[in-house]
Amino acid sequence: MARQIGDVIVDLQNISLRFGGVKALTDISFDVREHEVRSIIGPNGAGKSSMLNVINGVYHPQEGQIFFKGALRPKMEPHEAAEQGIARTFQNIALFKGMTVLDNIMTGRNLKMKCNFLQHALYWGAAQKEEIAHRIKVEEVIEFLEIQDIRKTPVGRLPYGLQKRVELARALAAEPHILLLDEPMAGMNVEEKQDMCRFILDVNDHYGTTIVLIEHDMGVVMDISDRVVVLDYGKKIGDGVPEDVKNNPEVIKAYLGTSH
Amino acid sequence: MLYREAGQFKASYAEDSQIFPIRQDKIGFWLLMLAFGVAVPLLANEYWLKAILIPVLIFSLAAIGLNILTGYAGQLSLGSAAFMAVGAFAAYNFILRIEGMPFLVAIILAGLTAALVGILFGLPSLRIKGFYLAVATLAAQFFIVWALVKFPWFSNNSSSGVVTAQDVTILGYTFATPEAKYVLTFLIVAFMALLAKNMVRSSTGRAWMAVRDMDVAAQVIGFRLMRTKLLAFAVSSFYCGVAGALYAYTYIGTVEPEGFNLDLSFKILFMIIIGGVGSIMGSFLGAAFIVLLPIFLDNFVPMIFGDSLGAGFVSNFQLIVFGGLIIFFLIVEPHGLARLWQIAKEKLRLWPFPH
Ligand SMILES: Nc1ncnc2c1ncn2[C@@H]1O[C@H](COP(=O)(O)OP(=O)(O)OP(=O)(O)O)[C@@H](O)[C@H]1O
Ligand SMILES: [Mg+2]
Repeated sequence: MARQIGDVIVDLQNISLRFGGVKALTDISFDVREHEVRSIIGPNGAGKSSMLNVINGVYHPQEGQIFFKGALRPKMEPHEAAEQGIARTFQNIALFKGMTVLDNIMTGRNLKMKCNFLQHALYWGAAQKEEIAHRIKVEEVIEFLEIQDIRKTPVGRLPYGLQKRVELARALAAEPHILLLDEPMAGMNVEEKQDMCRFILDVNDHYGTTIVLIEHDMGVVMDISDRVVVLDYGKKIGDGVPEDVKNNPEVIKAYLGTSH
Repeated sequence: MLYREAGQFKASYAEDSQIFPIRQDKIGFWLLMLAFGVAVPLLANEYWLKAILIPVLIFSLAAIGLNILTGYAGQLSLGSAAFMAVGAFAAYNFILRIEGMPFLVAIILAGLTAALVGILFGLPSLRIKGFYLAVATLAAQFFIVWALVKFPWFSNNSSSGVVTAQDVTILGYTFATPEAKYVLTFLIVAFMALLAKNMVRSSTGRAWMAVRDMDVAAQVIGFRLMRTKLLAFAVSSFYCGVAGALYAYTYIGTVEPEGFNLDLSFKILFMIIIGGVGSIMGSFLGAAFIVLLPIFLDNFVPMIFGDSLGAGFVSNFQLIVFGGLIIFFLIVEPHGLARLWQIAKEKLRLWPFPH
């Protein structure tokens, strides 16, 4: 593989997050290196999604610090995280239901589009030129993810697996540095999962995009991750390369102890 | 064979993102524009122009305004009529108090004034949603009409609170006849409808729809909630404000708060529900429908049921039909007439072979 793992790009230190009495995350530290595929695993309710929400500013932890590209990151809103090059997909599909596939993916490029609403109103000229330039980029993503024939379809009419793919397309359209994927293969059949794995690895490989992945399928995780962090009841119980994590007795216990 | 897209291939993304990608639609559109822009003012009589066509155009503009806010950006509002009132009174005062104020500039300033008021009353939307936001806009509706009645300055201290709108004069030409007023209204509404269509098919419109469909995801991909929502309030109120100014100047000829009541706000809401939530064309269909339906019923109910029923029955019957239609559209076809039209076209495209 051509890609080379780089420096630490996101560094979470002693993060604790509570919702009222519920401790979603307790004193968690882990880092993500540039260009790597970093997975987060753990049983249901372990705090995996919360972790992603902390990374891109949807949740604000009560304790702990986040370093982004080496600098302490103050409290950050989701749109600021997006401006810093963090994109994501959601566990429960979060597409814009009333829009077509194409429009959904076009929204992914909003931060790169500079025309204002008055230029949009007049359209012919700057706005149209910009629209077409970004359409070309979006078409590249559409082709890459092999969803050409559904571009004009309203997303609500698509089957689940394709919706997940469109959500990935929207995130990729932003050309992110870091891509957070929350269970992108949940509910897919084997073939769809293979496609999804291929897309994720291609993105990582071609564009060097750093990937933080939450996934329940252990086969997939151990296969494509560079490093894996394991959460259980909001605590970190393992962290390292797939081999080490697989043989970590605490991890084995956590997985045998639950219905997984 | 008449309505087909076969053989019409798009060679560029510019062609693919036209307002009317299908040739027949484009031809139909220009025929409509010719009909309403040229034939109607030449042929229609005064009653049609004054009582039907001018109000339909003005309500269409207000409906576009509400559709931008509610249909596209997902923020329910019951204050459209109040923003129209702001536009009407602002235009009146700009023309009254500034020597030599050109009419079109006054119209734009009226829209901008309404936009500012809209932003102010849109601020609660940053905290509240849905039903509660609707109640907040209801407060705007009552407060604005109250303020316009309460402070006589707005109506130049006229004792009745009703003032006659000044003449509409552009470059020395006075739009006095119904035909002239119609043409002016038509041009302004058509132009603004085009601007609205352009906004909603660009990044601005996608931002509105993203916030409407899922605000967390919208933020996560970089849209700013506050900016997006307030822009929707501003643009929406601008449209309502211009509609209000036209209402006073090219429709009823007086400026008064009374007409801009909650009833009118609801009427505009019904227009977008029946015409199509989130559709510019639907705004026109809805406005036409709501203006025409009572006239239609007035004429046809006595014909069917005989004259013996009396006027009371006819107006009650109207309400029943209205209520029924609104419930029908809310439940069966939330995208309104515009969607029904689209379905009809899809059928036509396949006709006579259903598959
Ligand atoms: N917004 C919220 N409000 C209240 N509690 C929350 C919220 N988000 C998460 N939690 C709680 O935090 C804990 C961790 O949830 P989280 O969604 O992060 O788990 P997860 O590991 O992603 O689980 P799953 O595998 O089911 O997706 C759970 O107990 C959950 O109920
Ligand atoms: Mg989760």
